[in-house]
Amino acid sequence: MTVAEPDVGEVRVQTIATSDDVVRARQLARNLAVECRLSLVDQTKLVTAASELARNTLVYGGGGSLSGALVQDARRRGVRLTFTDQGPGIPDVDLALSDGWSSGSGMGLGLSGARRLADDFDLRTTVGAGTTVTVIKWTH
Amino acid sequence: MSDRVPILRIGENLLVSIQIDLDDQTVMNLQEDLAAQVVKYGARGVVIDITAAEIVDSFVGRMLSTIASVSRLLDAETVVVGMRPAVAITLVELGLSLGGVRTALNLEQGLAILAKRASAGAAGR
Amino acid sequence: MEGGSGPGKNEVAVKLGSSDHLLGLMTTRRDELAAAWIEVVSQTLAGRISRAELDQELHELYAALVEALRAGGLDASGEHYTEVRALLAELSRNRARQGFRPAETAVSLFALKRGLERLLDDGSADDVAAYLALSRLTDELGMFTVDSFAASREQIISSQAEELLELSTPVVKLWDGVIGVPLVGTLDSARTQVVMEKLLQELVDTGSAHAIIDITGVPAVDTEVAQHLLKTVVAARLMGAECIVSGIRPQIAQTIVALGIEFGDIVTKATLADALRHALRRSAQRAALSVGDAA
Repeated sequence: MTVAEPDVGEVRVQTIATSDDVVRARQLARNLAVECRLSLVDQTKLVTAASELARNTLVYGGGGSLSGALVQDARRRGVRLTFTDQGPGIPDVDLALSDGWSSGSGMGLGLSGARRLADDFDLRTTVGAGTTVTVIKWTH
Repeated sequence: MSDRVPILRIGENLLVSIQIDLDDQTVMNLQEDLAAQVVKYGARGVVIDITAAEIVDSFVGRMLSTIASVSRLLDAETVVVGMRPAVAITLVELGLSLGGVRTALNLEQGLAILAKRASAGAAGR
Repeated sequence: MEGGSGPGKNEVAVKLGSSDHLLGLMTTRRDELAAAWIEVVSQTLAGRISRAELDQELHELYAALVEALRAGGLDASGEHYTEVRALLAELSRNRARQGFRPAETAVSLFALKRGLERLLDDGSADDVAAYLALSRLTDELGMFTVDSFAASREQIISSQAEELLELSTPVVKLWDGVIGVPLVGTLDSARTQVVMEKLLQELVDTGSAHAIIDITGVPAVDTEVAQHLLKTVVAARLMGAECIVSGIRPQIAQTIVALGIEFGDIVTKATLADALRHALRRSAQRAALSVGDAA
């Protein structure tokens, strides 16, 4: 996983505390996707993943924040989104990443769906301390 | 802050056009409002136009499925029209099948599906 | 060779000396050697390249070779041979583009030795050493030519593949409300994705409720391609359109089954004609119903 890719440009931060903030998180993701010149399909995939992860942060993490930035490696540009909360954490990551599993009101596609929509996916969680999910979508 | 999405009535059908990026509460409200109006007006069909929707995530997808199921119980057929190709590709990747939801490429074809159902229903009576 | 303390040291001495002698030969007998060279090359290429063009090309190369020999000796990969290598790269590129074989390209270089071959019969020991030096030099540069030729070929192939990608993905209107994508050639993941996005967009733009994906011209599919096809059909259905896959070859059908890919309730037909008939029947049913409804 490439969480350590160098940033290009500023890091943008969005608090996620209300359901309006989920909308704002989507907009932040969309703006970065457009600036990165991702294809229309890839833009749509990234914004959809952002929506799922922002909702998870709000509903399961009890709120948190999103930080997003443009990144670059040797061959391509990308958008990196990091969702952080100080919630209860995820006791069984494998279970949480399986399709159809849900502890809340979703369809259980939030985490697993976001993983399929992104190119890179990284999840770090500590029970009782919180969860951080990072996704990257690259240009092709 | 949660807005109400306007619901239009055309003959026996209700029409909702999703124009803006909706927050989850507004989506929930729409679901309730639609069910109430189907009953109030005895609507036979519901058309949800998502031409302007840039994404459909699992929450909105679930709302579409629920509206279709609830409407069916209330004897109304739901058709979702105008889904963008990028949205459809993303839904497939996400693993969302929108079970039980009928779809059409555009409003005209959506209304044709409802008209067909209405005429079939009339013939059956 | 003759005497000497160590073979390595001795060899270097011979090389250095022979390099000078070779340079002398190539300078004093310039016209004779160049003419013999061009004659042999022109015979090999049998008039597929004009004599004037060949004259210019090889004279330029000859001059660069003499210059490199003067400044850099026999070190063909050294910096003094930059000009020679650039000329050879260009020559290889042109030959590749003109459709010559790699052997025909390499001979342009090897033929340079022909002019000096006579020296093997009646020349001095120095002459023979000079011939061997040239032989080694042309061997090395010949390999470079073959490499350049192969690289140029690969470049040509990949740019043709890109052009093909553009050309070979038409989405055509077959009938009112029916569009078709005749796929021809090997499908890779990238191409399949491009075609499929184009197909979905065309459904929206034309308001067509039926699409036929004809894969008669596709020799084989792998898991990824089959998955892309499948996802496209599902995506089209989400949008309110039906896809029919036609022309599945027996091998492909076996692959799909062997790979365990679930084609589910996707409509498949043997031929494009069958698929079109099916689509028309379906849209006629729709039309009949809306007409009946209007009446």
